[in-house]
Amino acid sequence: MMNLTLKIWRQKNANDKGKIVDYPVSGISPDMSFLEMLDVLNQELIDKGEEPVAFDHDCREGICGTCSLYINGRAHGPQTKITACQLHMRSFNDGDTIYIEPWRAKAFPVVKDLIVDRSSFDRIQQAGGFISVNTSGNTQDANAIPIEKENADKAFDAATCIGCGACVASCKNSSAMLFVSAKVSQFALLPQGQVEATDRVLNMVKQMDEEGFGNCTNTGACEVECPKGISLENIARMNREYLAASFKG
Amino acid sequence: MSILDSKIPEGPLADKWTKHKNDINLVNPANKRLIDVIIVGTGLAGGSAAATLAELGYNVKAFCFQDSPRRAHSIAAQGGINAAKNYQGDGDSTYRLFYDTVKGGDYRSREANVYRLAEVSTNIIDQCVAQGVPFAREYGGLLDNRSFGGVLVSRTFYAKGQTGQQLLLGAYAAMNRQIGRGKIKMYTRHEMLDVVIVDGKARGIIARNLVTGEIERHSAHAVVLGTGGYGNAFYLSTYAMGSNVTAAWKAHKRGAFFANPCYTQIHPTCIPVSGDHQSKLTLMSESLRNDGRIWVPKHKKDVEAIRNGSLKPTDLAEEDRDYYLERRYPAFGNLVPRDVASRAAKERCDAGYGVNQTGEAVYLDFASAIERYGKEQAYVKGLDVDDKAVVTKLGKEVVENKYGNLFQMYEKIVDQNPYETPMMIYPAVHYTMGGLWVDYNLMTTVPGLYAIGEANFSDHGANRLGASALMQGLADGYFVLPYTIGDYLAHDIRTGPIPTDSKEFDEAENKVRADIDKLINNKGSKSVDHFHKRLGKIMWNKCGMARNEKELKEAISEIAALREEFYKDVFVPGDQNEYNEELAKAGRVADFLELGELFAKDALERNESAGGHFREEYQTEGGEALRVKEYQYVSAWEYKGQPSEAVHHKEPLTYENIEVKERSYK
Repeated sequence: MMNLTLKIWRQKNANDKGKIVDYPVSGISPDMSFLEMLDVLNQELIDKGEEPVAFDHDCREGICGTCSLYINGRAHGPQTKITACQLHMRSFNDGDTIYIEPWRAKAFPVVKDLIVDRSSFDRIQQAGGFISVNTSGNTQDANAIPIEKENADKAFDAATCIGCGACVASCKNSSAMLFVSAKVSQFALLPQGQVEATDRVLNMVKQMDEEGFGNCTNTGACEVECPKGISLENIARMNREYLAASFKG
Repeated sequence: MSILDSKIPEGPLADKWTKHKNDINLVNPANKRLIDVIIVGTGLAGGSAAATLAELGYNVKAFCFQDSPRRAHSIAAQGGINAAKNYQGDGDSTYRLFYDTVKGGDYRSREANVYRLAEVSTNIIDQCVAQGVPFAREYGGLLDNRSFGGVLVSRTFYAKGQTGQQLLLGAYAAMNRQIGRGKIKMYTRHEMLDVVIVDGKARGIIARNLVTGEIERHSAHAVVLGTGGYGNAFYLSTYAMGSNVTAAWKAHKRGAFFANPCYTQIHPTCIPVSGDHQSKLTLMSESLRNDGRIWVPKHKKDVEAIRNGSLKPTDLAEEDRDYYLERRYPAFGNLVPRDVASRAAKERCDAGYGVNQTGEAVYLDFASAIERYGKEQAYVKGLDVDDKAVVTKLGKEVVENKYGNLFQMYEKIVDQNPYETPMMIYPAVHYTMGGLWVDYNLMTTVPGLYAIGEANFSDHGANRLGASALMQGLADGYFVLPYTIGDYLAHDIRTGPIPTDSKEFDEAENKVRADIDKLINNKGSKSVDHFHKRLGKIMWNKCGMARNEKELKEAISEIAALREEFYKDVFVPGDQNEYNEELAKAGRVADFLELGELFAKDALERNESAGGHFREEYQTEGGEALRVKEYQYVSAWEYKGQPSEAVHHKEPLTYENIEVKERSYK
């Protein structure tokens, strides 16, 4: 069992200034997930009549992309290729002090405590992250167009992005290039995505800029911290797509 | 004659859906612009319905409690989606998918609905590929398939262990296209807290903005619930933390009958509980049973040695292992349906053969698969098939390619490497077949109120087959509801916008406010989770994998008492005009505390075993579920003020195209 000191960002609402508050927790089992450790703290706070720490979470199995904790200066904590809900306390030692903060980016304003508003990601997807085919089911047979396995697999890899925002939180420029390029790449690699390729990349990048995300300076922190291991190659692919589209557009 | 009219069209089974589509009313495109539809929930069912209705021209308002529609829990579905494409040429057909689904559901589902599901299944795959969903492919560039439990063909399409994610992102993309065009107005971080009935028709909802706490009125000509299942009544489950029954339960309290609440799926392959701190359970996809073999030791002494760490499972000789599914069910082996596999695991663990400290775990072993694939690859590559190191390396690569993310997930949670040592698994609550009663048009007993996907009861009977939830969610949302809702809305083309200042909206909003005030002002001494955990224990121990009359009666009185205690002693911190997760949770748990009692009452009424509902009093000599002919009906419960007073209605089930027989997988 471990005893820890937590230093947690508390902010009542979007207008509040916010500050770090210290909380000791004890009796933490190494088999607990990080979020279960926060459950223990919250249970104690509630029992004392205090307000629990607000944090985003839902599936708790690393796929919904809801949890978004900046732990000891790293998105989703010290391990790679996992989300905060998949992080277990065995990654920490008895007596550790752990800083827990929300994602920090202009385009992700804080809602409360550790919760941020990521609707800017949705708006980027609404600008072009789709193939304009009606859902009538009257399309051609699914096997009508064979797709090279390598491309299908790469498209899949890009499509596994969970939209958590760790890439933005890790980037010194708060750039969303990895997130946007994952969707652009998925469609660029598939024949179904070719028809609207030009408009898609131009519109999504335009929206990304309007939302206030920073520029990409090829540092690569996003790739390191991405819980799904989305590759920087996608950014290179998007840049090629963007260049080609700019000449056409 | 039952008061439940399922509205199943006349005519031969295979023609019913086509005929129905030809007979029902349509709304012309100009008039669709005059009609509003509310959709609650943005998973596979709600998301696909929202996109399709918006494409058709209706004005859609969509609601989800998550911060984005992309986060609905459909995202966590792993293994795949069934479709009767017969790409493998292994004898699949619409009829066979229909047959497998009805049999898999232990002859407790509606023939016409299931046939329609099988019929539209092929459109789903075509649709998703057109949307850019990156399904797994073979080297020739065509789509790959795998097998799931309870069937003898390969009809499951998949995207590694993330099929739900890819399908949901497809529906999310289709929604985004319509949000961008202004045809869907999206309300995220909103929770529906009541449905508003005007002149007997569903005409809107009351929703709470979870960020500001504001109570909002939203009106429409029809309301669609795609709000998922109620497995979180058990506290521990594979559901998301936020998954809840509130929307469906509020609809029930406003007149929608609740069907077969006791039909719950307990999934055989989940990561076992590790301690009291546990907040949720994680599924290991059924697809793993394509290649994994389930076993426990044959002898108690080996069980002891494994538990105390003196024996490693990999060191136990082949002849000392009991591959109990292969032993009991030679025809289907490790791929028996979920209810059968779960009960078999419970049987071995109850008999004392569980392999972990709690005695509640069995092995899922990939060693033979790694060897088999490794030899195949070594042969193809011209390497030595007897070189163990080479074979193991190549075999691991194949397994990683198929199930990599699942293995990684397992390792992160359990801290053991499943390539080297067998996984430990145990059954966990995963899905609910029961739900709001709907007719063939997916309309509940409240006119204008629809339920789709897991929220309704219609297609899976008493047990759902693997890879059929994704199929049903998308079938309902893309291809069924968009037709059937038009038949109802055709009468509303002259209605005009529904006002929200009516006395019905006043009444509903006042009720919601009163409920919230009551929770906030209660100032008791125990947290919401305290009550939720206690409810979960009652549900798991007395309404779980095996049920009996005595314990169900105890469950009913214990849940009623717990509910009373909850309202006396629950403490909800903070206030209602702000982001307050405890308040949201309190409302959800209050509804689970009512649903739980109805659940137990339904299980008590059903004096038979069927699918996921196993009553100890009704079993064959071999310990299999024993159906009772006189219970061949759907139970639909009408709300009358308290769960104990719910009125029981029956919809008889008839099977004209399939012979009802003992469900055997031997």
